[in-house]
Amino acid sequence: MKAFVAIVRRDLLLAARRKSEVLTALFFFMIVVSLFPLGIGPETAMLRRIAPGVLWVAALLAAMLSLNRLFATDHQDGTLEQMALSPTPLAVLVSGKVLAHWLTSGLPLVLLAPVLGLQFDLSARALGVLMISLLLGTPILSLIGAIGAALTLGVRGGGVLLSLLVLPLYIPALIFGAGAVEADVAGLGAGGHLSLLGALLALGVFFAPWAATAALRIALD
Amino acid sequence: MLQAHGLACDRGDRRLFSGVDFAVPAGEWLQVEGPNGAGKTSLLRIVAGLAAAAEGHLEWEGRPVAEARDEFHARLLYLGHAPAIKDDLSALENLQIAAAVAGRPLDEATALAALRRIGLGGREDLPSRVLSQGQKRRVALARLLCSQARLWILDEPFVALDVAAVDQLCTILDEHLARGGLLLFTSHQAVHLAGSGGNLRLGR
Repeated sequence: MKAFVAIVRRDLLLAARRKSEVLTALFFFMIVVSLFPLGIGPETAMLRRIAPGVLWVAALLAAMLSLNRLFATDHQDGTLEQMALSPTPLAVLVSGKVLAHWLTSGLPLVLLAPVLGLQFDLSARALGVLMISLLLGTPILSLIGAIGAALTLGVRGGGVLLSLLVLPLYIPALIFGAGAVEADVAGLGAGGHLSLLGALLALGVFFAPWAATAALRIALD
Repeated sequence: MLQAHGLACDRGDRRLFSGVDFAVPAGEWLQVEGPNGAGKTSLLRIVAGLAAAAEGHLEWEGRPVAEARDEFHARLLYLGHAPAIKDDLSALENLQIAAAVAGRPLDEATALAALRRIGLGGREDLPSRVLSQGQKRRVALARLLCSQARLWILDEPFVALDVAAVDQLCTILDEHLARGGLLLFTSHQAVHLAGSGGNLRLGR
């Protein structure tokens, strides 16, 4: 447990020392989302319809940006070896890294989404559902992304390969996440979509660190 | 007591070494020697548990390591080619976090004392990226001073160190051996350590 806390603190400290990496993803999210109202024009009915999809796709892409560095720097400087040799199971330390990744690249998106959603004329209620869906969904992005990052560790041109590998796996989260907001706007209630998103998250929390650890062990050998 | 029985290592289709046997009793050292590419680093990584051996097995205190991996890791300190230093963290932060990940958290006073002894006094709070190669190496070596691990596995510990630091490292290693610790290391230079030990030559 102490080692878990140490890893989370270390990664947050590193993110604080390298603010540009966190801010780049955040600005990317803001700009991509803001381009759509500008490109499509001020037709509120249309904007309301595309809002959930646009916000969610932009969140997927923004979460992708920082993924290839998740394990790469640790691998380069030898920290990953030390983590593998820790008496604490590697899967626990990997969970710590995923949590830190979500805190620096997922949580800011959740907090920013309602502000950006205003550009699409979403109601306060729909904005709330959007936030909840992102709150449940962005950790899934970090968890699945960790598996991809571990599998492509040390591969040349790993960045592009990582997107090809991970983006299709994000599809269920995208469908249920954007679907939750759409269902709420249509008056159907978002409960079903959100529960499925929660189930995906529970599944990810249990299996993703384990799968990422197995991939890391192969990369280290 | 660390014992290896018939270790073999493959890299691709090529067999790097096979039939490597050795035993390191408490308080003794073993220097692994051999030309470049003989498999010295691979051997150390296999012993540390970072890589899998193609054949053979290891025993720690009479028990196969594979049966009690976590227990073995709790007694192990491994320093590889990469110093495991984060450029954006200070020497002090690097040392404390490395200790916490290794399951033995350090208080600040102990960590500072270790850094001072290794010759980094006054540079504890600088980001590691401004340190020289040798100073980064010293930050990694400061982990030895704070370590309570019984088995030290050091891959080329003398690289990038100046004469004074080499002497100091020898003293640290001697102290570890005198406490009954075990030491397994690679080096291209002849090293004079107190206590008894042996050499293992790879790549004949």
